[in-house]
Amino acid sequence: MIIANELVKDYGELRAVDEVSFEIRQGECIGLLGLNGAGKTTLLRIMSCLLTPTSGSIKVDGADVTRESEAVRKKIGFLPEEPPLYGEMTVGKFLEFAARLRGVPRTDVGGRVQDAARRCRVDEVIDQRIETLSYGYKKRVGIAQAVVHRPPLLILDEPIAGLDPAQIVDMRDLVHGLRGEHTVVLSSHILTEISQTCDRILVMQKGKVVAKGTEDELSAGLAAGKRVSVRVRGKKDQVEDALKGVEGIKSWELSETDGTVRALIISEKDRRAEISRVLVQAGLDLIEIGRPEGELESVFLRLTGEGRGGS
Amino acid sequence: MRSVLLVARRELVATLRSPLGFVVAALVLAIAGLFFNLRALGGGEKYSADVLAQFFYDLSGLVMVASILVSMRLIAEERQNGTIALLLTSPVKDHQIVLGKFLGALGFMALLTLVTIYMPMLVMVHGKISWGHVFAGYLGNLLLASGALAIGTFGSSLARSQIVAVFVSAFLVAAMVMMWLLGRVADAPLDDIFANLALHNIHFSPFKAGKVHLRDIVYYLSVTVFFLFAATRMLEARRWR
Repeated sequence: MIIANELVKDYGELRAVDEVSFEIRQGECIGLLGLNGAGKTTLLRIMSCLLTPTSGSIKVDGADVTRESEAVRKKIGFLPEEPPLYGEMTVGKFLEFAARLRGVPRTDVGGRVQDAARRCRVDEVIDQRIETLSYGYKKRVGIAQAVVHRPPLLILDEPIAGLDPAQIVDMRDLVHGLRGEHTVVLSSHILTEISQTCDRILVMQKGKVVAKGTEDELSAGLAAGKRVSVRVRGKKDQVEDALKGVEGIKSWELSETDGTVRALIISEKDRRAEISRVLVQAGLDLIEIGRPEGELESVFLRLTGEGRGGS
Repeated sequence: MRSVLLVARRELVATLRSPLGFVVAALVLAIAGLFFNLRALGGGEKYSADVLAQFFYDLSGLVMVASILVSMRLIAEERQNGTIALLLTSPVKDHQIVLGKFLGALGFMALLTLVTIYMPMLVMVHGKISWGHVFAGYLGNLLLASGALAIGTFGSSLARSQIVAVFVSAFLVAAMVMMWLLGRVADAPLDDIFANLALHNIHFSPFKAGKVHLRDIVYYLSVTVFFLFAATRMLEARRWR
């Protein structure tokens, strides 16, 4: 769907995107992750034909964004960080305008507008003027304008920025609902958001893609193994004896407090099922099992060079 | 063409609903009425044609100022509000965006100038007017509005801020109007060139007198096309920055 090859974008002396290459398959949901100023927005703006690259190429469904810009623009729906809305229009009229601007035939416009409004849950405010809506609704109208012409590629720049926790959950559901029908590329500097929404992650730092893969691949690459945190009611030696029976465990660290034992286990593969089984069979009460707290954040910080020992 | 009309219609409706549209329309109509009463009708007995000529001359000044004010928002406001992204990521060519916005603003100016028609009609109470003269006067004002709006559209494409856009446009329009002064002080053949480049003097005078010359129409259309082309190039250039 998207093939980027040694893409470069300079703003005068500043190199915002630095020889970036990647491939995104049709139907994938890809997250661009990076701190502010990492080059995510510039990359998305190049993809959506708002900026021309200084060198290199990027193709969307076979069409080059520089030479065949109009063909690319027919295939995309774009939501910038600040939704591009005309406040004086009603939601319905605005979506109608956006659909017709994107070449939807006049006879289909009504149906497309209703469909986009329903999917983005703005149908209850369809006759309301946009300037009177809350920010969460405005973001949803922004997504509705991006999907109203049913583009194969959806580009969302920081879709959750500025939303409150309830609106973030709504937005996450909304983006989940868009997967499959559209290839989705979204950016965020919030790791948990990307990891919960996307199939794959491209991590950007200072204009470069410093890592790509699934969340598991990224954390496995850095942690040199799967990390599992376990808390059981029992004694340290009981836990140690039980863990010895699980194959593929590389190491563990145990700490005992108030009658419970906390174990941080590193294994070659995901051994959570086996670990929980042996602990229960050993007569220990399993209180919790999962990823260690803050692991995702530490992976992110190490990848972007912000954490201790980062590159 | 469909996209051009779509953008033009939205622009026209947005201008009609905006506070700027109301304020500009109110000021133009109030000042035009005042000038008509004081300058065109006042000062003793006059021929109806002279009253009309004075009215169209006064209206032309207001048309230029109103065009600058109306056009300042065309592209600068879109950029300021981020809505330019909606237009630039749609499969619409840059010149269609510029033309659509220009036509929307021209539609507003056409409505605004046509509302003043009651003033020439008042002349009919005590005098006799030529409808040809009225047509020529309004055509001249519309062509002048077209030229000034095109310059304003270009000014709006240069700046992110509407305030900067209005100053740039006002400077350009003033410079184009003042060309006739350069024409008076320059030596031949530059005097003719400057005089003929002037936005108002040589090319507008025939219209206010009820005369329509093809050369004047061609001049105003050329100014319009030139500045709209320049605005389109500016919009395209933004993608390279």
